[in-house]
Amino acid sequence: MWDGGYPGTVMTAELRASAGESLYARLEPLLAQIQKPIQYVGGELNSQVKPWEDAAVHWALMYPDAYEVGLPNQGLMILYEVLNERPDALAERTYAVWPDLAGLMRENGVPQFTVDGHRSVRDFDLLGVSFATELGYTNLLEALDLAGVPIQAVDRDESHPVVVAGGHAAFNPEPVADFVDCAVLGDGEQVVGDITDVVKAWKAQGRPGGRVELLARLARVDGVYVPRFYAVSYGPDGAIAGVQRTRDDVPAKVGKRTVMDLDEWPYPKTPIVPLAESVHERMSVEIFRGCTRGCRFCQAGMITRPVRERTITGIGSMVEQGLKATGYEEVGLLSLSSADHSEIGQVAKELADRYEGTNTSLSLPSTRVDAFNVTLANELSRNGRRSGLTFAPEGGSERIRRVINKTVSKEDLVRTVTTAYANGWRQVKLYFMCGLPTETDEDVLEIADLAVEVIKAGREASGQKDIRCTVSIGGFVPKPHTPFQWAGQASAETIDHRLRLLRQKINEDRRIGRSIGLRYHDGKPGVIEGLLSRGDRRVGRVIERVWREGGKFDGWSEHFSYDRWTQAATEELQPFGVDLDWYTTRERTEHEILPWDHLDSGLDKEWLWEDWQEALNEEEVADCRWTPCYDCGVCPTMGTEIQIGPTGRSLLPLTVV
Amino acid sequence: MARQPEGPPPPPTVQKLRIRYAKRGRLRFASHRDLARTLERALRRAGVPMAFSAGFSPHPKISYIGAAPTGSASEAEYLEIGLSVACEPEAVRAALDGALPAEIAILDCVAAGEGTGSLADRIDTSVWRVELPGVSLAELQPAVEEFLGREVVTVAKRTKNGLKDIDARASVASASAAEEAGCAILHMVVRQLTPAVRPDDVLAALAAVADLHPPLPARAVREAQGRLDDTGTVADPLGPDRAARIPREHAAI
Repeated sequence: MWDGGYPGTVMTAELRASAGESLYARLEPLLAQIQKPIQYVGGELNSQVKPWEDAAVHWALMYPDAYEVGLPNQGLMILYEVLNERPDALAERTYAVWPDLAGLMRENGVPQFTVDGHRSVRDFDLLGVSFATELGYTNLLEALDLAGVPIQAVDRDESHPVVVAGGHAAFNPEPVADFVDCAVLGDGEQVVGDITDVVKAWKAQGRPGGRVELLARLARVDGVYVPRFYAVSYGPDGAIAGVQRTRDDVPAKVGKRTVMDLDEWPYPKTPIVPLAESVHERMSVEIFRGCTRGCRFCQAGMITRPVRERTITGIGSMVEQGLKATGYEEVGLLSLSSADHSEIGQVAKELADRYEGTNTSLSLPSTRVDAFNVTLANELSRNGRRSGLTFAPEGGSERIRRVINKTVSKEDLVRTVTTAYANGWRQVKLYFMCGLPTETDEDVLEIADLAVEVIKAGREASGQKDIRCTVSIGGFVPKPHTPFQWAGQASAETIDHRLRLLRQKINEDRRIGRSIGLRYHDGKPGVIEGLLSRGDRRVGRVIERVWREGGKFDGWSEHFSYDRWTQAATEELQPFGVDLDWYTTRERTEHEILPWDHLDSGLDKEWLWEDWQEALNEEEVADCRWTPCYDCGVCPTMGTEIQIGPTGRSLLPLTVV
Repeated sequence: MARQPEGPPPPPTVQKLRIRYAKRGRLRFASHRDLARTLERALRRAGVPMAFSAGFSPHPKISYIGAAPTGSASEAEYLEIGLSVACEPEAVRAALDGALPAEIAILDCVAAGEGTGSLADRIDTSVWRVELPGVSLAELQPAVEEFLGREVVTVAKRTKNGLKDIDARASVASASAAEEAGCAILHMVVRQLTPAVRPDDVLAALAAVADLHPPLPARAVREAQGRLDDTGTVADPLGPDRAARIPREHAAI
């Protein structure tokens, strides 16, 4: 329980030894008393520990969730390698510590540490935190406190690490604006180098102007946002009245970074292989970045434009090098919509040829509903097991699929899934969302019709009764920088009600229903994710309150407390005249200043609004890779362009070693 | 009809190798599953020509023999692998050792001797060395004597189904106390019976009979495994394979 002080700060100040020293000897006795100690010991294949003194700039990279979730994160793995390749920089990893160890660390004065060198996070120049989801915010506060770093950025001095937020959630860092020193927008590969240069120069000059000067220099790095140099004012209606710079040497609007020519950045070259079990027991190769399919709910697809493909030969050499470096037996070809790679058919066939007979399996983790995807999956599983195939129609009815711009007809959907069963796939998983804008009960109930039809057609096509269809449903959370950023979020009650109706309908006919699995979560965590996604700086108080009351690991149902969040929101937001509903279920108007308007993903706000109107009119928008540009604004604003093949190249068979 | 893998069945096992390895240092915190994953990946990186099981999810042929508990180090863990191409055991040992973290060491690799029986049958006992930081010999010695003097010492053991009472005494063939650099050391020879008695259970027994409560977590190392012989020590489980060793042609790996 929180006792009002900063326990970490006091203890580490007393016990601190020389910077960069290993804490392992003090940690080891604690490891004998906790669950899964292996996650804290480091020493993984391809991990690195560089001598502290050799580096001018020290980065601690954090994934604010458990090791098993954070380790496979591609973004951090890339930055870890990019930074460690620099002779003047050093990067180590740190993860959220489970409560069993955190308690012992507080008792014994052991601060938040990196798993590579077991160095105190407090000793590093920078703490980079990658937020894939907003539910990691309380874990940031916990880690800062364990590290002995003040929670509030304004309380830090020049001896404390600069806390840098990155990842998709950093496109609206306002809820954590009080806790982070900087947020980085967009691709990290190049900007981490720019930040390193700035910190190195400032240290070499004897830290002139202290922390404020360092942050001001960082604010002038393209893609770096320093919240403290921007003042937010609010109007009588509770909405933002304006966001003003407090110094004129920082940009009025901060734009994202975009890495062009992915073949120049073939990272991770040597992925870290954990001893502990992790959520992805495979190697991943990113085959392209960005997506212009235009799914209106998808923040990733909006903020990572334009599409930049890795070439077929670039993919081939990353797969080859990565397998050699890791010993993994599975390779995932990663992207937001992997079947859209301009040479995917050839990539799949030639990789399957290369690795035939080596017990190496290949997979496409993310697939649209498209018969071509079955062909691809067949190729990749050529001689292997065909257990499960996943499609993501996202919306239950054709109408709602037009709203979200993920148009596929019911006939095509059933035909695609049936083809999968006919090709020997035993289980098909279908992903949907509930709570989409304009959604009615009927839209969700159509999921049941679809699943029933899929099973009927599948049994016929495969001649088997033991086929299965798993329907997996998540609650929709409107995200910044998407056409749905104005939408009112469905309440937890609405979502729970629709899911209940759906479950009843699926179970109506047991002869079919027993072949259909339904997986879903209740609507409550989505409401809090919604608060944190579209929140402004006032929400920071709620986050801090929840953490002080013991909240952490909010992405884990056994740790998440909806009541703690709602009570904190009620009490902390009340002085501002706003509440949880104001941030979540309220629909925004066209000209409301949104908390992230001064952060530029390249998307034109007017285009986003038009796309929102088109969504409400159930109108589709095409993909600009194959049809003319529709002026979303990204390429001209960011000086980027679509980079796709085909290259016409091919993969040669590997020579036997 | 369920799909069957196309093509010929995987190549058969032509050679079995028996391996002794150590887990040391930080990696004593690796569980058996962690080690198994790590070893399988290292075998792939090392290019060892493993034999695989048939079917849609072929598995490399590896069998593990009685893993030391998570948190215990060991100098004597054993496994057996099946190869599809016969290899020089020492070359496999060196290649596998090179593909593993430094704290997992491949100590010994021998070809299974024909007609020598199974490896598991040659192991029924562990030799443990338990360091007790913060405990002196003067404290440990009488506790061990008290323990050895009892017929039965019941301790509560944490299992998946909650706490369960077991006898920690009967499995302990011998135990003695020593001291190194001011730290008490418990040496013991423990038979591998069911339910298994682990170093933690013996420490719980010492707490029960002699009120010995080490101030710091103990560090256990399994020093050897094998069949308990008349002299109270264990025999090298790879001994029969070494004795039966016959020269043969090997492929380079």
